[in-house]
Amino acid sequence: MTPDTSTAAAAVPSSAGEGPRRGDVCAAALAEVFRGDGEIIANPIGALPKVGARLARATFAPLLLLIDRDAFFVGTDGDIEGWNPYRRMFDVVWSGRRHVVMGAGQLDRYGNQNLSAIGADPARPTRQLLGFRGAPGNTINHPTSYWIPRHSPRVLVERVDVVCGIGYDRAAALGPVAARFHEIRRVVTDLAVLDFATPDHRMRLASVHPGVSVADVVAATGFELAIGPDVPTTPVPDDETVALLNRLDPDGTRHAEVRQ
Amino acid sequence: MNDKTMTEEDVVHRLVDGMTIGIGGWGSRRKPMSVVRAILRSELRDLTVVSFGGPDVGMLCAAGKVRTVIFAFVSLEVIALEPYFRRARERGEITVRELDEGMMVLGLQAAAWRVPFLPTRAGLGTDLFRLDPTLRTVTSPYPAAGGQLEELVAVPALELDAAVVHVNRADRQGNGQLLDADPFFDQLFLGAARDRYLTCDALIEPTELLAEGDFRTLAVSRHLVDGVVSAPGGAHPTSCEPSHPRDIAFLREYAGSAGQDDGWETFRSRWLDVGPESAYQQKVAAP
Repeated sequence: MTPDTSTAAAAVPSSAGEGPRRGDVCAAALAEVFRGDGEIIANPIGALPKVGARLARATFAPLLLLIDRDAFFVGTDGDIEGWNPYRRMFDVVWSGRRHVVMGAGQLDRYGNQNLSAIGADPARPTRQLLGFRGAPGNTINHPTSYWIPRHSPRVLVERVDVVCGIGYDRAAALGPVAARFHEIRRVVTDLAVLDFATPDHRMRLASVHPGVSVADVVAATGFELAIGPDVPTTPVPDDETVALLNRLDPDGTRHAEVRQ
Repeated sequence: MNDKTMTEEDVVHRLVDGMTIGIGGWGSRRKPMSVVRAILRSELRDLTVVSFGGPDVGMLCAAGKVRTVIFAFVSLEVIALEPYFRRARERGEITVRELDEGMMVLGLQAAAWRVPFLPTRAGLGTDLFRLDPTLRTVTSPYPAAGGQLEELVAVPALELDAAVVHVNRADRQGNGQLLDADPFFDQLFLGAARDRYLTCDALIEPTELLAEGDFRTLAVSRHLVDGVVSAPGGAHPTSCEPSHPRDIAFLREYAGSAGQDDGWETFRSRWLDVGPESAYQQKVAAP
């Protein structure tokens, strides 16, 4: 990662007594997924992804348009800069100028995502979830990342029950033309950052959050991860960035979503 | 003037068992709940419901009115999972046809444009094809870069027997006005339906349409409407901005009831069996 003064990561938490908390680390990691995206729509779903996108916009990605409030593009201060009702959202999705951060009921090693239902029988699921939502259209049209607030073998599974958002194996099966806009950028969890930077796009452990061991992540993952010889620690936001996070998320929603 | 005003009961009398009904709004926002409540009080059954689903879908499922739900999500938003829809699914009481949200938009658009399908990339490679064996792809007749003929999902037209949407203001002829920030897909629901009903917070004279909001708020034109229902507060407990937000306390009570024995019966007798819509509105105002 290129050092950048706006997100410079200190090697250790600040000595101010409290230091950055897990929610700060996750917010900074979620901001990083948007690095290099340029002037596109950042569409974070969930409290922590929203804080992350705000942080990216406020620091290294000033061109991002934020969907942080229904029907509007807003600045980090909440000021409206554009109108984007749901019907226009599909113009955005199908144009490809968007990067979404979705959640997942289940996610497998290739990034196949289930938002719809848990269980083998589609006529009578053991647990009904939201539905397919926009996952099929998102994953085939533009970059997608995932936020998993509780990394566990029940979420990161060997095989998802219903494929809503497609992963790299499904995309490869479609062929290079149909899948030319498919990209699962990164998976951020409360324990780690994962990506697909492997020859066959299997999920790889990119970094572990401070205080988390590789063994912790392996134990909390329901499939075999690609793990390199030296797994780095997820960058810890410096004091300046934590102060900025406190301004961008004054209610501390980022801390409520993760275990400490 | 062609006066199309009617009551919720008039709308329900025009509906028939087994119909496919589109319901406007989105999640727990601007749902035509007064007509949903009239359906709950009726003998109607075996409905196929098409909806960006919220408590409309959940209540119809809880009351046993639904055979099939065509949906991309069903959610109360402030409570992620719709409790009665979830229960109906987990008990195997209803059948479903699942879609991507954008596919749902295209299906309604195809019906509104009277074409059999519209193509999209959305859905390729997903389990939508496993869950719905009738779903088809179509091969583009035009070569993509490199000469390959691209295969796309052919989203079938979602033809509706009837549609009902709720707007802020409307005149008796069926011109509807949305003062909300988001028109959602209400125009598409009306365009995709044979019989089209509008409910409104305020029934006004045509000359009053631009007394609030500019011309951009005139979202629904009367050629898309067969019946107009005056329904002040009709979207409750969903929101109808700027008049009122969603009633979160009410939605929590509703969702909580699903976890109790006889929860639906208790909720229903407390809120729905009080009488017609006017009695419901009185009950909400003074519970």
